[in-house]
Amino acid sequence: MADVITYREAVAEGLARELRRDPSVVCLGEDIGAAGGVFKTTAGLFDEFGRERIWDTPISEQAILGAAMGAALTGLRPVAEIMFSDFFACCWDYLANEMPKLRYMTGGQVTVPVVVRTANGGGLGFGAQHSQAVENWALAVPGLKIAAPSTPADVVGLMAAAIRSDDPVVFFEHKGLFASKGPAAPPGHVVELGRAAVVRAGSDVTIVALAATVPLALSAAQRLASEGISAEVIDLRCLVPLDMATVLASVARTSRLLVVEENPYQGGWGATVASIVADEGFELLDAPIRRVAAACVPLPFADALEQQVIPTVETVTGAIRRLAGY
Amino acid sequence: MTAATEAGTVSPADLLGLYEQMAVIRGTEKAAHDLFLQGLVKGTSHLAAGQEAVAVGASAALRPDDYVFATYRGHHHAMARGASPAECLAELMSKASGLCHAKGGSMHLTKASAGMLGSYAIVGAHLPMAAGAAWSAMIRGTGQVAVAFFGDGATNIGAFHEALNLAAIWALPALFVCENNLYMEYTPISAVTAVPSPAAGRAASYGLPAEIVDGNDVVEVRDAVARAAARARSGHGPTILEARTYRHFGHSRTDPGTYRPAAEVEQWLLRDPLQLARVRLADLGVPERQVAEADERAAGVVREAVAEAKAAPGPDPADALRDVWADGGSSWRT
Repeated sequence: MADVITYREAVAEGLARELRRDPSVVCLGEDIGAAGGVFKTTAGLFDEFGRERIWDTPISEQAILGAAMGAALTGLRPVAEIMFSDFFACCWDYLANEMPKLRYMTGGQVTVPVVVRTANGGGLGFGAQHSQAVENWALAVPGLKIAAPSTPADVVGLMAAAIRSDDPVVFFEHKGLFASKGPAAPPGHVVELGRAAVVRAGSDVTIVALAATVPLALSAAQRLASEGISAEVIDLRCLVPLDMATVLASVARTSRLLVVEENPYQGGWGATVASIVADEGFELLDAPIRRVAAACVPLPFADALEQQVIPTVETVTGAIRRLAGY
Repeated sequence: MTAATEAGTVSPADLLGLYEQMAVIRGTEKAAHDLFLQGLVKGTSHLAAGQEAVAVGASAALRPDDYVFATYRGHHHAMARGASPAECLAELMSKASGLCHAKGGSMHLTKASAGMLGSYAIVGAHLPMAAGAAWSAMIRGTGQVAVAFFGDGATNIGAFHEALNLAAIWALPALFVCENNLYMEYTPISAVTAVPSPAAGRAASYGLPAEIVDGNDVVEVRDAVARAAARARSGHGPTILEARTYRHFGHSRTDPGTYRPAAEVEQWLLRDPLQLARVRLADLGVPERQVAEADERAAGVVREAVAEAKAAPGPDPADALRDVWADGGSSWRT
């Protein structure tokens, strides 16, 4: 295997490793089989594992998630793909009412070991109904675990943990990162759900990021180093379980917090992070908590307009600079 | 499984057993109604009195390891698959000994250990799940079938159509059993459905076979389910069954059902599943005394269940924060 792979290849690699390891793992979704997925994130799986493991479905998002859930209740570990995360709205019942509630409302009689993969976020010019970052939708539902990797190695490691989890996991693959490259995951690589990574050490400001905002935060931190501002960057990697211990420990060192999120400011996940730090880390802070999030509008089509809406290196850099100088 | 030799035939002992199961369910549903009126059951409840033959007949034709998915009107399915009246009533009465430890309530009765994989209160949501359980059985090569029971109202929701199409194209070992009780909540199903048979009439769209059966005749239901299950197990895919039946109570606790014409109610009460079974038992030469003894046994089971449920302790408050996750807890952050 190559030393460096793309995020896109890492998705297929992560799935292939678990399909090889555990015969109860099956995949289903639209165009995931012979076509290899519209983003080529399942390329090669149909050839290696065949129709008995890799199932093409009709455009029936409710049937996809409902069938995955029924299979998860009866001995399989299904991995369902919803092509774009915007389409969660077509099958929201399963994500909001069924998968996260069944164990609880039956008094613990069942487990629901299902993974729902989806391509999330903007940056590719797909317009308002194929570009949203909707990780905050999932965060609104108790009972869902949420992974959103930013690097190829984390894609593989978190995929392993998600598929082995006995709980439902929503797995956000960021569309804007598919072409990005990074070190390949070592054999047997597993990244435990709910463990954030400090991906850049710093002493002046803590930046908490997720998925595509991680490279944004790293670029901004790099720029500001020449101005003498030392920014620490945390890649949350998961929203549930949420690793607030790592965030609070970092804020204890830097006393300043910036959260960078691609979902809208209105109801975005950064609000939860901010509220916990305000609640439990107020004495650690020397400045107000700041958030850079998407504007509260639908995603526009043109690049020039989209850049006005979602976080950019420029907006993040400016926010860090202001916060460091507070 | 009862020892049917050919369609329509049933031994006196088997039929008496089915009758007694229906009598227990009927008695439990009546007890649930009374407990509501006494203020001992909170929330709502959707009683299945009148529809017992669908659950009991189907269960008689299924293997113990088959899967069943039901709706919020699902007490009869839980009991037909082996949940005791006591654990059902305890659940309704918010007791720790309830089927779901008082975390589910009337609409979510579940007995997973008996393959009864849930009662779902979002209309139609469980049809794709049953397709998925059937898909799983097919992949694992177990010969199991999965059955979704649903009301006539569910035939107009998207999940019904998505599930039928998926089950058809993958030839899944699934049974889709509609309990057509003629009303979607308060509205006649015929007033809101484009075809006269809301479930069976849609089968052709998916290239599926369908049967309309007398849902109040426990033997007819049993035989139809046995045929469909055999077809599914032999790799020939899903079947739609539309069981015509009628509920004795309103849609839910607060509904007196006044929208139903008195003559219609009267006519269906004459065709009550227990009454039909009594006629069949008499035809088979079963003495009235034996039927009366079955009624007494059923009444005794229900009486004891009510007493047991009433005496059971309430839930441990700590249970509210248990079992979100497979590890038994609810922790979502560090």
